[in-house]
Amino acid sequence: MHPFVIELLQFTLLLGLAPAFAGWVKVLKCRVQGRTAPGILQPYRDIRRLFGKDIVLAENASWIFRFTPYLVFGVTTVAAGIIPLLSVDLPLSATADVIALVMLFGIVRFFTALAGMDIGTAFGGMGSSREMMIASLAEPAMLMAVFTVSLASNSTSLTQMVSVMAHSAFVIRPSLAFALAAFIMVALAETGRIPVDNPATHLELTMIHEAMILEYSGRHLALIEWAGMMKLTLFFALGIAAFSPWGISSGGDIGSLALAFGSLVVKLTIGALIMVLIETGMAKMRLFRLPEYLGGAFLLATLGMIAFFILE
Amino acid sequence: MPASLDIAGFAVLLLLALAALAPLLRRQRTIQIPLAFSLSAVASLAAVVAGIMTVADGSVTAATMSIGLPGLPFHLRLDPLAGFFLVVIGLMGLFASIYSVGYVKGYGGQRSMTQMICFYTLFLAGMLLVILADDAYFFLVAWELMAAASYFLVMYEDEKGENRRAAFLYLLIAHVGALAILLAFGVMAGQSGAPGFDGYTFDAMRGARMSSGWAAAAFFLAFFGFAAKAGVIPLHVWLPEAHPVAPSNISALMSGVMLKTSIYGICRFAFDFIKVFPWWWGGVVLALGLISAVMGVLYALMQHDLKRLLAYHSVENIGIILIGLGLSMIFAAFQLPTLAALALVAALYHTLNHAVFKGLLFMGAGAVLHATHERNMEEMGGLIHRMPWTAPLFLVGCVSISALPPFNGFVSEWLTFQAFLLSPALPHPLLKLLIPLGAALLALTGALAAACFVKVFGVVFLGQWRGHQKPEHIHEVGPSMRGGMLLAAISCLLLGVFPTWVIGWLDTIPEQLCGAKLAESAGKFGWLWLTPVAHERASYSGPVLFVGILAVVTVTWLLLHVRATSVSRVPIWDCGFVKLTPRMQYTASAFSMPIRRVLGFLFAVREQVEIVPHTNHPANPVSLQYRLRIRDRFWNWLYAPQGDAAYWIARQVGKLQQGRIQIYLLYSFVTLIVLLVFLG
Amino acid sequence: MTHTFAAQLNSLLAALILLSAFALLAQRKILGLVHIFAWQGFFLALSTAVIGYASGEHHLYISSLLTLGMKVFLLPYILYKLVYKLKIHRDIEAVVNIPTTMLLGIMLVVFSYHLTAPIRELSNLMTRSTLAVALATVMLGMLMMVTRRHAVTQILGFLAMENGLFFAATSATYGMPMVVELGVALDLLIAAFIFGIFFFHINTTFESLDVEQMAKLKETD
Repeated sequence: MHPFVIELLQFTLLLGLAPAFAGWVKVLKCRVQGRTAPGILQPYRDIRRLFGKDIVLAENASWIFRFTPYLVFGVTTVAAGIIPLLSVDLPLSATADVIALVMLFGIVRFFTALAGMDIGTAFGGMGSSREMMIASLAEPAMLMAVFTVSLASNSTSLTQMVSVMAHSAFVIRPSLAFALAAFIMVALAETGRIPVDNPATHLELTMIHEAMILEYSGRHLALIEWAGMMKLTLFFALGIAAFSPWGISSGGDIGSLALAFGSLVVKLTIGALIMVLIETGMAKMRLFRLPEYLGGAFLLATLGMIAFFILE
Repeated sequence: MPASLDIAGFAVLLLLALAALAPLLRRQRTIQIPLAFSLSAVASLAAVVAGIMTVADGSVTAATMSIGLPGLPFHLRLDPLAGFFLVVIGLMGLFASIYSVGYVKGYGGQRSMTQMICFYTLFLAGMLLVILADDAYFFLVAWELMAAASYFLVMYEDEKGENRRAAFLYLLIAHVGALAILLAFGVMAGQSGAPGFDGYTFDAMRGARMSSGWAAAAFFLAFFGFAAKAGVIPLHVWLPEAHPVAPSNISALMSGVMLKTSIYGICRFAFDFIKVFPWWWGGVVLALGLISAVMGVLYALMQHDLKRLLAYHSVENIGIILIGLGLSMIFAAFQLPTLAALALVAALYHTLNHAVFKGLLFMGAGAVLHATHERNMEEMGGLIHRMPWTAPLFLVGCVSISALPPFNGFVSEWLTFQAFLLSPALPHPLLKLLIPLGAALLALTGALAAACFVKVFGVVFLGQWRGHQKPEHIHEVGPSMRGGMLLAAISCLLLGVFPTWVIGWLDTIPEQLCGAKLAESAGKFGWLWLTPVAHERASYSGPVLFVGILAVVTVTWLLLHVRATSVSRVPIWDCGFVKLTPRMQYTASAFSMPIRRVLGFLFAVREQVEIVPHTNHPANPVSLQYRLRIRDRFWNWLYAPQGDAAYWIARQVGKLQQGRIQIYLLYSFVTLIVLLVFLG
Repeated sequence: MTHTFAAQLNSLLAALILLSAFALLAQRKILGLVHIFAWQGFFLALSTAVIGYASGEHHLYISSLLTLGMKVFLLPYILYKLVYKLKIHRDIEAVVNIPTTMLLGIMLVVFSYHLTAPIRELSNLMTRSTLAVALATVMLGMLMMVTRRHAVTQILGFLAMENGLFFAATSATYGMPMVVELGVALDLLIAAFIFGIFFFHINTTFESLDVEQMAKLKETD
C-alpha cells in the first residue's frame, strides 16, 4: 500500500477511534469501581451534541480564546500523523522525533493555559498556574525517560526505535523497565489522570486541566474534548511504540497491517486496564506532593540511564 | 560588487558620521529623529549584507589602518565568525532603528534627543568595531567605546537615583571584565614570542604556542571578562538593574546584541586562538551555562517588573548558548569534529535566535511602557483589546522564547538536545553519565521559561485591567514601532521554518573552527528535513509542521463554519459566581506561587501576610496585606562582602590623610631618605 | 536457561536491588521500610541462586536459602514485632529532605561506578558489572543511616549495608567460603537481638526513638 494511504489510514483511525478508546477507559473504570457504565460510544454522542450547540462567549474573551481550540485540535492531529501506530512506513514521521513531539504537546499546553487566563477569572488562572508547574517538573523526567529509550536504539526517531526494537533479539533491559515506569508516571501527569489530576471532578478547587477550559462551550468545547481524547490515545501509542513495538508492521501490505491493528487493539486494552487499576488504587495527590511524585519519576528515569551504562 | 570588508567599513563610518553630525540638527527635531534613525537602519542593513556575504563564501579579508598606536596600527579582519556576528548586530540594529523612530518621539520634548542619537550610533559603531578588530588594542578601544556609550544610554533618565546606581554598577562590572580581558591579551601577547607590540595582533596570538598552564590562565581570564559582560552567574547582578532602566530600544540592543559580543570573544579565544585545549575547560563552560540557565529562569519567574523579567531571561539564554559552546569544546577536546560542529552550530543558531526574539520582546515591552507608562505587570491586564497589533507580535516572541515549534527558539534548543544526546560517543565513562543530567536541566529550563511567558502574556495582555488608573487613554503604538516588531516577528518565523538553509549558510564557520561541515548531513534527506547527524538518528521538518498545522486549522474552521451556529456574548460564567471583580484574577506573583513554593529554596524568599480582622466575624477582615520579598543570594555571598572589603581597605588607606602639615612633611622627608638610600 | 539469559536476569535483579535501596531512602512509613527491606532480601536471594546456577558454585544455593530465611522472613518478622511492641507507627522525619537525599544517592551511584571501573577491566566473571551496584547499595545504606533520625532506620541502614556487602561478595568472587557466610549470618542475628534490647532502653529513657534525643546525654553544652 502506498505510504500516503497508510498515513491517511492512521489519521482516520486515530480521529475516529480516540473517542471509543476514551469510552472504553470510562467503561473499565466504572466496572472496576462497581458502577454502571455509560456505553462505549458515549463520547461520540457527547461530541456530536456539543458541535450542535451555540457558543456562549464571555464579553471580554479575545481572539486567543476563540483560536485556541482550533490550534489545539490542529496540533494534536498533526502529532497523530507522527507516531507509528500500524506501520513504520509513515512519510510524516520524519517531521518530528520524540523531543519535537513532546514540544508539540507543549504548544497545546501553552495555548490552553493562555486561554485559561484570558477571561480573567480566578479559576482559570489557578488552572494555568498549576498546569505550568506540573509541566515544568514533568519535562526533565520525560526527557530522561526518552533519552534512556533512545540509548538502546541509538536514535530519537520513533520509526527507528520501533524498527530496532521489533527486529532485535529479546533482551531483558533493566534500563527500559525503569524508563517504562518513569514514562507511565509522567504520562499520568501529562494527560491529567489520577494521581495528578482528576478528569471527572466537579469541584473547581481540585481542577487543573478542567479549570483552564471552564469557560468553553459549543463547538470550541467539542474540539478541545476530542483533542483531549486523542492526546490520551497518543500517549498510549507513544508508550507502545517505545516499549513494546512488536506487531507494528515494517511494510505496507494488508496482511501485516491487519495484524498490526489487532495487536494495537490488544495492547490498548491491556494498557487501559493497567491505567484504570492505577487510577482506582491511588487517590489524587495534594498539589505540593507532586514534586515528590515527579521527582520519583525523574529518579527512576535516571536510574534507568545509569543502569544502561553500568549493566548493559 | 564591493568587498564585504568595505561594506562593513562603510557601515561603521556612516554611524560615526551620524554621531558627529547629529548635534547640527538639534533644533529641528522632526527631521533629526527620523533621519538619524533611518540612516542607522541603512548602516545596519549594510552590516547585515557584509556579514551574509562573508559567511556564505567563507572568505577572510584583512586590512590595516593608518591610525592607532605608533608601533601598533589598527588591524581589521572579517572572517566567517565575525561575519555571523555582524549579521546578528546588523539585523537587530535594523529592527531597533526602525522601532526607535516612533519610540524616541514618545519622549516628547523633555530630553535631549541629540544625546540619545549620538550615543546610540556610537554604541552600534562600537559593537561593529569589536567584531571587526584584529588586534588587542583596537579590540579594547572598541570595547570601551561600546561600554561607555551604553553607560550613557542606561543613564539616559538620570533624574532617578536608582537609574544612576544601576548605571554605576553596570560600568563597574564592565570595567572589571575589561581588566580581565586585557590581562588575558597580555598573557597571550607575552607568550606569542613576537617582538615589541606585534604580539598584540591576533595573528601573533593565533600562532602562539603556550604551555597548558598559561593557556588555561589566558582562557579563564578572558572567560571571566567576557562572562562579566554576558551576565553569566555569578557575575549577572548588573543585568537586571541596568537593562530595565534603559530606554526600551536600547534594552533591546543591549540584551539582544551586546551580550553576544562576549560570546564572540569566547568563541575567538577558544576556537581561534587556543585551538587545542583539555576537556575540562568545556566542562567549566557547560557547568556555568547550566547554572545560569536554571537560576536565570527561576529569578525571572519571581519578577513582576516586565523589563527586569526579560533581563533575567537574557541570563538564562546566555546560559543556553554557553551550554552549546561547552559541549562543543568537550567534543572538540575528544577529537569528535562532527559533534563539535553540531554543538557549535546549535550555540550560534541560538545566538541569532535570541537576538531576534529578545529584541522583539523588549520592543513589545517598550510599546507597553509607552502606552501605559507602567513597568509593573501587576497593574496591567486586558491589553490585547487596546493594543491589537502589539499583542500578537509579543505573542510570537513569547512562543519563540518558550522553544515551541514551528518558531526559531525550538530549532536551536532541539539542536542543543541532539548534541547532548550524542554524548554516549564520548570515551570518558564519567562524562557519559553526567552530561545527560545536564540535558534534563535544559529541559527543566525550557519548561520553566514556557511557564514564565504564559505568566507574562497572560497577566499583561489577557484578563481584565488590574490597575488603579483608568485604562481609557491606552492606545496602540505608532507604525514605526509596529514595523520594527513585525520585522522581528517575521524573522522569528522564517528562522524557525527554514533551518536547513540557515545551517547551510552557517556551515563555513564550523568548517573553519572545528574542522567539520554539518550541512551535508543536515540537509541530506532533502531541504525540507533537518537531519543533523543522520535521518535515522533524528529529523525535524519545520515547513511541514507549519504547513500541516495551518492546513488542519483552516480545514477545521471551514468545515465548522459551513453551518455555523451563533455566538452570543454574555457576562463571565465562572461557575455561576456573580460578583466578580478584576481584583479576583490571578496576579503575576500568584501565578508563579506553586513554582516559588517548590523551587524557591534557592532564593531568600520572605512572605508576609497581615490581616486586620473585623470585629464581628474573623472571616471578614477589614484589610489584608501581602508582602513578598525575594533577594538574590549572590548579593550577600559575593558582592556585599567585596563591597565591605573595599570600604575597609579604603578606610585603612584613608588613615594616611591626617590633616596635619607636619605629617605630610614627614611623608616627603621619609620618601627623600628612602630614595637617597636606594639610589646612593 | 542459557548463560547470557542468566547474566541478563542477574542484571535485572541488580537493578531491582538498587531500586529498593533508593526506595528505602524515599520511604516515610516504618512498616513500608520493613517491607522494602524484605523485597531487597528476596531479590538478593534470587540473584544468588541465579549466579549459583550459572557459575556452577553449588554452595551459593545454600547461601541463597539462608538469605531467604534470614532476610526475607526472620529479620523482618523481628522488626515487625519490635515496631508493634514499641507502638511506633509514625512517619519518620529526615535530617535532610527527600529530594536532596535522592540527588546525593544518584551522586553516590555515579561515584561507585567510577570507583569500580578498574575492576571491570580486570575481572572476567559474568558478574563484574554488578559490583558497582553492590558498592552503591553499601553507600546508600550508609546515607540512610546518616540522614534519618529514627533508631529503626539506623538498623535498617546497617542491614542494607550488609546486603550490599553480600552482593559485592557474590559479584566479585562468586561468594565467600561457607564458614564465613554462616558466621556472618549468626552475627547479624545477634546484632538484631542486641538492637532490640537497645530500642527498649532508649524508648524507656526518652519516650521516643528519635536519635536526636540522645543529644541530651551531652555533659557540656
